[in-house]
Order: sequence, then C-alpha cells, then structure tokens
Amino acid sequence: MIRYIIRRLLISIPVLLVGTFLSYVMVTSLGDPLSELRAKPGVTEADVQAAAHALGLDKPVLVRYWDWLTGFVQGDWGTSVALGTARADVYTMVTDALWVTVQLVIAAQVLAIILGVAVGVLAAVRQYSIFDYTATSLAFLMFSMPVFCVAILLKSYGIQLNNLLVSLGLDRWLTTAGPPTGGYTGDLGEVVFSYTGTFLLPTISLMLISFAAYSRFQRASMLETLHSDYVRTARAKGISQARVIFRHAFRNALIPVTTLAALSFGTLFTGAVLTETVFGWHGMGSLLVTAVRQFDPNILMGWLVVVAIAVVVFNLIADILYVFLDPRIRLG
Amino acid sequence: MADLTAPTTSGPRAAGAHEFDATKARSQGELVLRRFLRHKLAMTSLATLVLLIVMAYVGPVFWAFSYEDTSSGSYLAPSPDHPLGTTQVGKDLLALLMRGTQYSIQIGLLAALAATVLGVLLGALSGYLRGFVDSLVNRVVDLLLILPLIGVAAIVIRAISGAWFVVALTVAAFLWMQIARITRGETLSLSEREFVEAARASGAGTWRIILKHLVPNMVGSITVNATLTVATAVLTEAALSFLGLGVQIPDTSLGVIIGENYTQVMMRPWLFWAPFLVLVLISLTINFIGDGLRDAFDPRQTKVRA
Repeated sequence: MIRYIIRRLLISIPVLLVGTFLSYVMVTSLGDPLSELRAKPGVTEADVQAAAHALGLDKPVLVRYWDWLTGFVQGDWGTSVALGTARADVYTMVTDALWVTVQLVIAAQVLAIILGVAVGVLAAVRQYSIFDYTATSLAFLMFSMPVFCVAILLKSYGIQLNNLLVSLGLDRWLTTAGPPTGGYTGDLGEVVFSYTGTFLLPTISLMLISFAAYSRFQRASMLETLHSDYVRTARAKGISQARVIFRHAFRNALIPVTTLAALSFGTLFTGAVLTETVFGWHGMGSLLVTAVRQFDPNILMGWLVVVAIAVVVFNLIADILYVFLDPRIRLG
Repeated sequence: MADLTAPTTSGPRAAGAHEFDATKARSQGELVLRRFLRHKLAMTSLATLVLLIVMAYVGPVFWAFSYEDTSSGSYLAPSPDHPLGTTQVGKDLLALLMRGTQYSIQIGLLAALAATVLGVLLGALSGYLRGFVDSLVNRVVDLLLILPLIGVAAIVIRAISGAWFVVALTVAAFLWMQIARITRGETLSLSEREFVEAARASGAGTWRIILKHLVPNMVGSITVNATLTVATAVLTEAALSFLGLGVQIPDTSLGVIIGENYTQVMMRPWLFWAPFLVLVLISLTINFIGDGLRDAFDPRQTKVRA
C-alpha cells in the first residue's frame, strides 16, 4: 500500500512539473506586472527598467522558472511584484487564503457526502416513491443552479432572518459579511453560536450542488447493486432486508460516489471561490481576483500550484479509499 | 435539429406492404427522432429554449432601448417604459437581459462545439492508434484535469480579451476532456469490431475510419455529452463573468448582469431575479433536452417508448 502511494506520487511529479512550467510561461508571457507602475505619472522608462531588473523580470523565462521552482520547493514562494500589495510574502498570502477556503470546502464536502448518500440510498430503496421523485426533481434543479446565485439567495434570506431575530429582541446570528475580525471570542456557547453563524450559509450554498450530484450517483449505483446477483443470493438465504441493504448492497454502492467526491474537489474549489466572493470572505477567491487584476506572477503561480497539488492529493485519496470499500480491487 | 417533422410511414415501399413492415423500415435515426419528439419534457424544454433565443435575438430590433444606452434614470422601478427597471448607471434591464442572453447562448454553443470536436477527434485518435498518441493524449488530459479552470481561464481572458469567442474557446479548452475519455473508451471497443477490420482491409486511412466508421457509431453518446456541455459552459461563463474575469463591461452577459446587481437583491429584487431566472431557465432546459436525447438514443434506460 505504502509502495503504491509513493509510486503514485512519483508519477504525478512530472505532470505537476510540466503543469507548473506551462503555467509559468503563460503567467509571465501574457501579462505585465509592472503596468500599474508604468501608468503612474512621473515614472520614466528607466525607473521601470530598474524595477524590472531589481525583481529579476528581465531574465530569460527558463532562468526565472528555475529560480521560482527551486525557491518554491524550499518554501520561498517569492514576493508579490505588483505595487498594490507592497511586496507581501506570497507563501503567507496563499496559505492564509487556502486555509479559509479549505475549511469551507471540507465542511461542505462532508455534509454533501453524508446527505447525498443518505438521500440516494433512500431514493433507491423506495424507487418511484414520492420521496424518490422529489429528490430527483430537486437534484435536477440544483444541477442547473449557478452556485453564486444560491449563495446570493441564501445571503438575502440570512439577512432577513437576522432582521427577524433582531426584531424579536435577540442577537443577530448569521454572518453575511465574512468571519468576525477579532476571531471567535467569549464562552463556549458564544463561540459555537458565532462559528455556526459564520459557516452555516456559505457551507450550505456550496454543499447543495455537490449534494445533488452525489444523491443521483448514489441512487444509480445503489439500484444497480440491489439488482445484482449477490444481493439476490443474500435475500434467498433469508437475510433480513436491513442487513441486505446495509451489509451487502450499501458498501459496494459507495464506490462510484467515492470517485465522484474525490474528482469533484476541483469543481468544489471553484464553487468555494464564488461563494466566498458573495459572502465577502478573504480566501482563494478574492486572492485570485486581485492577482489577476494586477497580473502578479508569483501570487498567480502560488495559487495555481497549490490548487493543482490539492487535486492530485484528493485523486490519490480516492484510489486508496477504493481498496477499503471494495476488496475485489487490489492496488498494484 | 435538422428535421422536426415526424417520419412518415408511407412512400414507395408502403404500396401493398403490411402495416408492420412499414414500422420495420424505420432507420435508426428516425427511431431516435421519434422517441425524442415523444419525450414531453424534452420537447417543452426545446420549445422554451428556442423561444428564449428568438426573443434574445429578435427582441432588440423592436425594443426602444439599447443595452449601451445610459440615458434613463438610475435605479428606476419597473414601469411600462422599463418593464424590468433600470440599473445604477441607467441602463434598461430588459435590453441588458436580451444582450446577455445572446452572449450566454453564443458562448455556450461555441464552447460546447469546440470542446466536442476536440474531444471526439483526440479521443478517437488515441483510442484507435493507441501507443504513443494514446499516452500523449492521456497525459494532456491529466494535466488539464489538475489545472484549475477558473484560475487559468481568468488569466488567459485577462491577457487576451473578454470578447465572447475568446471566453468561449478558453472555457472549451477545459471542457473537452470528459468527451475525449468517453470517445476513447468507445473507440477501444469499436475498433475491435469486424466492420473496422473490413474498412482497414479495403484500404481506408486512419481519418476515414475515424470519421466514417467510428464516429457515426458513437453519435448517441457524443450528442448527449455535447448537449450537457452547453449547460456547463453557460454556467462556467456566468461564474467567470460574475467574478469580473470573463466578459468585460461595457459588453454584457448574464453573469455580468448578476455580478453588477446582486447587492440590490433585497432593495430591488427584480434586478437579481430577472437575470437569475433566465440563466437557470437556459441551463435547466438544456439539461432536460440532454436527458431526452439520452432516453431517445438509449431506450433501454427509460420508460418512454417509441
């Protein structure tokens, strides 16, 4: 198993290397990080040249890529080049933003898997019932929903709920403008109160769309296993319905959802970027928007590479989970 | 949709023939079309979508305001003059919506077309030739799957331009992989079949075999996936434009309109709800059409009978 993990990680290194190189060429050749400086009144061409030289922007792409890569693996991700962020350290910027986004993504992913699997199994066991039809229609609606619109709607209803709470003489609960600036303070009850209030709406809006996909997949694969020969055999042996469903069918029916959950990490990430923007969180979403506006190569590279690595890791996790779920699969 | 009239059972071969013979004479394509035409949800969706498209393209000809016209007052409430009110800078929302719908549809269709052509060609090529080409295409797919679409697309669009076809082709560059994988899988099994061997024996080249013998046999899954890709492309474009990283103002798309106006959702709900409903309607109808096509191509999976 450990050998398999190591081999898989080794295989993904060349892909990541090519990916970073192409990204680097793209990022450095497409935009000019010094355009803001250039546009300032009183800045001469010599000033721009000097700034470019000081930042190493005048070296050939290959040299710059090598410098960037050797720095990156040692944890030195460079500084932001554009003027706006005043040469901030990219490592801290990206990891801070990543932490915000990852919290949101994991919370949403866990909720979506639990709910999606539960609804999918129930819809399959009660096929063509009212529950099944309702779940199917809702899933279809959710598929067609842009995630940022769900977030906008939830936010507006959250504000209304807050107003209702205030008019009832209670504290406002749901936060619709980013996490509290001073962190979560007070006794345990207050921390839980403000923590759930902060996370509830962004998590739900991010969760709903993956939830729809998982419930559909779970339903389909559960139906397939329920009609398979070994389930019929189990039934013929006189095993109870509940035991057949959970022991025999459910475990194997989890496999497709595991794949989907791991592979949809990238999609979920995009969703998180949008959800954050609506709720005013300073995560990977706002970092991307600023970095793209200023065309800051180091921030953009840090952003792209971190997401790419995350996707590779989650794909690997999916492969490992297969083995635990299905003893027929052997990793070689 | 090439031919929406139901296939007729009359014609030269009907003379003196049994009624059942006429049914047998239907070609595969006619059967699929027949099943699709009987799929109520898909047909309703198709009609709605066509209506929406016609309104988006024909509407501006008759409408009093242009999407660029900022002469109206700021944030006017809906009235007979401005049925959906105006935005902050005094643009008529209905005019914006029509232009935005045009763009969303154009981008969705072009992106899906480009992604499908690229995906089918590369998928079929890698499945048919195998070996080096196959591993090369697979590595490219792996690479594109780990690169975050939203980041790369934002960079490319920012650098080149926010013109609709640039947005469409950039989005397409990240949507072809699934179609390529499906096509590759089907090609792997189809290329073992006798008719491909026969074609090869009679001297057909690689491209002829792919285009004349393999692709026509995969038309079902290609059509279904292409349709679903349109919906994905429309939503992706909306997401990019919502962040301000796609289509650029003064031009507009549904994502731009939502991004510009969503802060008004409490005060002036129509400014958010109108573009939101149009966007959902577009992607919902396309998904239903795709579902209907899947049922029509693969009748075993469905309760709809031809």
